[in-house]
Amino acid sequence: MNIVACVKQVPDTEAFIKVKPDGSGIEEGNIKWVMNPYDEYGVEEALKLKEANGGEVTVISLGPARAMETIRTALAMGAEKGVHITIDEADAYNTAAALAAAIKDINPDIIFCGQRAIDDDSGQVGSVLAELLGMPQVTIVTGCEVSGDKVKAVKPIEGAQLVIESAMPCVVTAQKGLNEPRYASLPGIMKAKKKPVDVKDAAALGVSVEPKAKIVKMTPPPERAPGKIIEGDDAAAKASELVRLLREEAKVI
Amino acid sequence: MAKGVWIVAEQRDGALRNVSFEVASVARKLADDLGEEVNAILLGSGVEGLAPELGKYGVDKVYVADDAIFADYTTDAYSEAVAKVVTDNDASILLLAASVEGKDLSSRLVGKLATGMATDCTDVKIADGKLYATRPMYAGKCFGEIVVESYPQMASLRPKVFAAVENAKAGEVVKCDAGVAADALKTKVLETQKDASGKIDLTEADVIVSGGRGMKGPDEYKILEELADLLGAAVGASRAAVDAGWRPQSDQVGQTGKVVSPNLYIACGISGAIQHLAGMSSSKYIVAINKDSEAPIFAKADYGIVDDLFKIVPEVTAAAKKIM
Repeated sequence: MNIVACVKQVPDTEAFIKVKPDGSGIEEGNIKWVMNPYDEYGVEEALKLKEANGGEVTVISLGPARAMETIRTALAMGAEKGVHITIDEADAYNTAAALAAAIKDINPDIIFCGQRAIDDDSGQVGSVLAELLGMPQVTIVTGCEVSGDKVKAVKPIEGAQLVIESAMPCVVTAQKGLNEPRYASLPGIMKAKKKPVDVKDAAALGVSVEPKAKIVKMTPPPERAPGKIIEGDDAAAKASELVRLLREEAKVI
Repeated sequence: MAKGVWIVAEQRDGALRNVSFEVASVARKLADDLGEEVNAILLGSGVEGLAPELGKYGVDKVYVADDAIFADYTTDAYSEAVAKVVTDNDASILLLAASVEGKDLSSRLVGKLATGMATDCTDVKIADGKLYATRPMYAGKCFGEIVVESYPQMASLRPKVFAAVENAKAGEVVKCDAGVAADALKTKVLETQKDASGKIDLTEADVIVSGGRGMKGPDEYKILEELADLLGAAVGASRAAVDAGWRPQSDQVGQTGKVVSPNLYIACGISGAIQHLAGMSSSKYIVAINKDSEAPIFAKADYGIVDDLFKIVPEVTAAAKKIM
């Protein structure tokens, strides 16, 4: 099987995010960079599929020079080769267009993406990629089974779970619960250094760098008005006061 | 010249979901600011009769594609039909809910329409004749204001953040051809496994009672369930509780769980890590019950009780019983 896993390098979820004073972006100085957590589920699923069916996993990432680290992590987990499309940043459409241009030649049976990246939280790239490659998609899945030329995926929706069958090749975007991503082993990390990574320039792939969705400015989150700590003689008194406030002041019960 | 504020209405099992009215209301306000019309696209099987309800919430015209092929949501059928209507009518703005279906459909449309979109927005407005959308980024650690430079300008709206406002308009039905061949569909729904009956979906709940590491184990959630039953609330969980196996993944609220926007979020034994806040900071009112006075959740709570949740929660249930 020819399997592709798309990965993005993002700030660690613990990272303290500070907006630049001019609102043009975030301060990148002290950030610890990691593989987008949702992409880990995608890489793991790709590896499991390869181990069950034979074949090869190619990991692909769009990003600045430092994104190479994340590709090496996926290689250390067990992917065979990587593709790094270099660009400082791109909006969802342009990212997907660049990935599609690079993936076309690989001719994959299935493509895994994380359901969204935890920096922009946009969740568009997987779907746009599927559209540009003319493939069906199943997004935000917690279960995935390949048999023959069909994928059977489990997709939670509000109040239910769907079991969806898709033709292949297709794009599957991974949700937490899909699997337990493996840690890269030390031998894996050593082997990863020698695995081939093809580096391509985004502009050379003929992809536009002009964003369709522009971030005009970034701001810190809105402040919530300070709350009150409810005091009282005992648990019953505090609880009564809470209920009274919720009913009379907040009017939410 | 691109015109009209368009929305995709979301229906399931023959009824319009509440998010449709929220999105329609936002569209109505934007359209009034622009001096334009609100048009809804409604896909389904046997759904034409739902059009007047959309009219009630400010929709001028409802473009209905009624066909068996739309009985179940599929990305292929819905995205093709919506793209056709939007392109034929040169839509200026296209809004969807950032619901599960909305996220899947809107993202595919970004590809089909070769445009841009602001996802999961908490505020939108018109400035210089364009749509400006505000949305959380980095798990809500900062907010971004987005303008889409291509048409249609797309935005998906976070559920339960915008009010559904009645504003009676015609809701006139315009019938559309499905335009989608059955053999063009590459995915199909094999099975729908509904959640236990009576279980309220977290993303639709007005009130959520949520438990974290402080709950100490699965059985202890009983006291939260009792309070939730009384309040008609859903029960949520932090990542710690889910990873410990106490609660299912589908109950997780947070950065790698669900984003919820209830009127009231009661956090019990939850410290308030930034990743959890990412999932519930849109809540209108937040209550924190935790015996650790230093827990970061108290900085975000409207009302806090620093005490043992096992003492407090049953008392809250008792107090609430008296007034319900």
